[in-house]
Amino acid sequence: MENINFILPEIFISLGIMFLLMLGVFKKNGSGIVYILSIVTLLITLGLIINFPSGQEVYLFNNSYKIDQLSTFMKIITIISGIFVLFSSYKYTKLEKIFTIEYSILILSSILGMMVMISAYDLIVFYIGLELQSLSLYVLAAFNKDKTKSSEAGIKYFVLSALSSGLLLYGCSLIYGFSGSTNFYLISENIHSSEYGNIFGIVFILVGLAFKISAVPFHMWAPDVYEGSPTSVTLFFAVVPKVAALTVFIRFLYVPFVDLIDQWQMIIIFLSLASMIFGAVSAIGQKNLKRLIAYSSIGHMGYALAGLAVGTNSGIQSSIIYICIYLIMNLGFFCCLFMMKRKDEFFDNLEDLSGLSKNHPIISLSMLILLFSLAGIPPMAGFFAKFYIFMSVIEESMYFLAIVGLVTTVVSAFYYLKIIKIIYFDTPKEKYDQDHHFGLKISLTVSTLLILLYFIYPSGLINFVSKINII
Amino acid sequence: MNFPILSSLILLPSVGAIFILLSKSKDQTNYQSSKYVALFVSFSNFFISLYLWYIFDPNITDFQFVENRSWLPGFINYKVGIDGISILFIVLSTLITPLCIISVNKTITTKLKEFLIAILIMESLMIGVFCSLDLVIFYLFFEGGLIPMFLIIGIWGGARRVYSAFKFFLFTLLGSVLMLIAIISIYWINGTTDIVELYNLGIGENYQNLLWLAFFSSFAVKTPMWPFHTWLPDAHVEAPTAGSVLLAAILLKMAGYGFIRFSIGLFPIASENFVPLIYVLSLVAIVYTSLVALMQEDMKKLIAYSSVAHMGYVTLGIFTVTQQSLEGGIVQMISHGLVSAALFLCVGVVYDRMHSRLIKTYGGLASIMPKYAVFFMVFTLAAVGLPGTSGFVGEFLILMGVFKKSFLVATIASLGVILAVAYMLWLYKRVIFGELINKDLVKMLDLNKSEIFILMCLAIPTLFFGFYPEPLLNTIEASISNLIDTYNYKLSLTK
Repeated sequence: MENINFILPEIFISLGIMFLLMLGVFKKNGSGIVYILSIVTLLITLGLIINFPSGQEVYLFNNSYKIDQLSTFMKIITIISGIFVLFSSYKYTKLEKIFTIEYSILILSSILGMMVMISAYDLIVFYIGLELQSLSLYVLAAFNKDKTKSSEAGIKYFVLSALSSGLLLYGCSLIYGFSGSTNFYLISENIHSSEYGNIFGIVFILVGLAFKISAVPFHMWAPDVYEGSPTSVTLFFAVVPKVAALTVFIRFLYVPFVDLIDQWQMIIIFLSLASMIFGAVSAIGQKNLKRLIAYSSIGHMGYALAGLAVGTNSGIQSSIIYICIYLIMNLGFFCCLFMMKRKDEFFDNLEDLSGLSKNHPIISLSMLILLFSLAGIPPMAGFFAKFYIFMSVIEESMYFLAIVGLVTTVVSAFYYLKIIKIIYFDTPKEKYDQDHHFGLKISLTVSTLLILLYFIYPSGLINFVSKINII
Repeated sequence: MNFPILSSLILLPSVGAIFILLSKSKDQTNYQSSKYVALFVSFSNFFISLYLWYIFDPNITDFQFVENRSWLPGFINYKVGIDGISILFIVLSTLITPLCIISVNKTITTKLKEFLIAILIMESLMIGVFCSLDLVIFYLFFEGGLIPMFLIIGIWGGARRVYSAFKFFLFTLLGSVLMLIAIISIYWINGTTDIVELYNLGIGENYQNLLWLAFFSSFAVKTPMWPFHTWLPDAHVEAPTAGSVLLAAILLKMAGYGFIRFSIGLFPIASENFVPLIYVLSLVAIVYTSLVALMQEDMKKLIAYSSVAHMGYVTLGIFTVTQQSLEGGIVQMISHGLVSAALFLCVGVVYDRMHSRLIKTYGGLASIMPKYAVFFMVFTLAAVGLPGTSGFVGEFLILMGVFKKSFLVATIASLGVILAVAYMLWLYKRVIFGELINKDLVKMLDLNKSEIFILMCLAIPTLFFGFYPEPLLNTIEASISNLIDTYNYKLSLTK
């Protein structure tokens, strides 16, 4: 019975979802109150998670559910970014007429799915969490049902994601078949590279996971889905599921498969290199900002994977730091996208930014900071994210990975500079509306300041993350 | 010394920039007050740095005014401090910045506020580069400087500004990322990035060549050495006057400073190994870019190429590693900082009036702008290294040092001096002397008060240090002899 204390956050958020569904059904025009209550639910859940005594490792439900530093930290940042997504997209969803009860509730339920994924210590529990998350995301992608692009994005994402889930499940079944258990720890005891079934299983699972974080060559869905989905959903796609997927990556690689590092290390290095190079090169020609962000996030995932490929604690920690900073940068960038509206219509093409600095100096300055940070130029936070990654990569003497990674930052700097060029050097266009929701303004200010001033006190984040020891 | 004087030097311009950023309303009066804030901040910074030079003890070889604060715990410390070499560059940076701010009067018509912010932040970063005593901190300042400079070129530059800004940014970034890899490698090899500790520990012989090359890639692009110099003429030509001045006077010096501090200081064996490479590249830079400079029709481009040639002398002097040549290298950098800044300002003066940088637009300016002609003369002669100007002291010391090592190299390098005389005096002749062919020029006014003030500020030290280089040499002497002693000591260990 005392187990309940530990999964109180999950229980609370599921009860919240059910309650809000009922409320939405029985109350007319209840979307406003459901929106507010969803944020409240997330806040309370956050409180419950933080309340968990740190430094403790707890196994629940016959060792199929694990709560430790990693899961706590990842859940915290998942929920915080979830709150920010809801907070910043209020006006957007209203104007795009997708401000319904389902919108908030679907976000809540996908966050619940992610929380289960993050804590899962068993193949079946993991898969349940994954499906809960994915199903909510399919619907969210297609949420703007009046627009063909959105529906197209939903269908595309559904078909491809279902395929990858299938591969993943197949991998799980192979692993189960050859190791005789679904529990992560028991798998790690019984898995041997001498049996090819295990290797196949690992490959299938990695393919499925690589799809979820859109690493090359399993990235095809990302640009279309990012572009087609409503911007608020794109923001959600770009940040929140990545956190969960990265955690699952860490769990899989460093618990059940940890002894087979020779087998999977090459795969991860390949995924990382391919994502970095492809993300940098293919973003150059993009004309749509959401598409561009899709490619840039592919590149960024490459860096996060580089940290995982190292196979040390510091590598994992650098990946976690990377994902945190990546998350804040993207949050800020999308806030700027939400501000690009004229007469209640939103713009998301590169040329719409033309000469933004003339009429909107503050937004342009934020964009400038965020873009330089995305490009990894010091002293912005993005530089430190990359710095930690390369620190751990070079520690293990993986110079090739480091050199390719740093050269691709130069390539990717090109397209970030291109955006800055459009904002600052080109001729101005018509003014955009100024009546932004305060949640949006706060989100933008907070994320920009965090990115800009990170260098003053970089040890804060490190102190948190350095407590996470997997190996 | 408990007061963090170096940190305040670094922070003060940034604080001023924040002030300007937060000031509201966009009318003309506000521009003026922003400018006063910027001037006040940069001048007070200049006086602080002068005071710093005054209280600086040139006889101590260790770093002075050291501040050490925990930054990334157990990992990297925020450590700043100065020795005889860095103090001069700090004073140079703080001198040039206020002059740039005065010069914006006519050149910058739009977004003056942003321009001032960019220049002040640039100043913070430049001072940071010269006093950081940790490789990572150094890298932060070194790279951070790209952002304001990119914006200065891109927003306020000329017609091909976008191309030039991108070229500048990507070239330098590509060079620098390799240095980042080297810095991280040094951390894992030696367990620290603290420069003072690294000086004591020394770096393993088998790593030195690769690490040296990685640092070289960054500094060679920044210096710029031939064949990595192609970004420089573009950047100079397109940048606004103040941007060119900062670029020529200080940004290029960062690389020279880096060569002395890191390449010579940390990798003596590799530096010795690569001396032939440096000699060849420097000689090519001196001769080839001087020839290229002869053919230029654009004044700014001509001066930009002459910068490449002058920096060729600097690298020649630095890597010869004798007392004279290193002192000469530093004096040459300071002198080039003053002179090239002044020359770019001189070009800026006529550009503001005629909006043309082409040499053929001008001619016969001596009759209508006599004061201008005088100042231009002083700086032209300083650029060619006439005795009595600071340029002479630098070149003379460098050539003297190089002669000891290699007669051939010194001979070829001396040939470059003749070429420099040729292109500079020819430029002067075409612009200032001759007949007043272009009738539009008649309307041109001579220098106004602020222009005279700026050029005065640069001419006085140029001539003063030309006749009496003692203060400069005194300041750097102890630090350099210490540097050379450790250099030779480390070399002797391996033999």
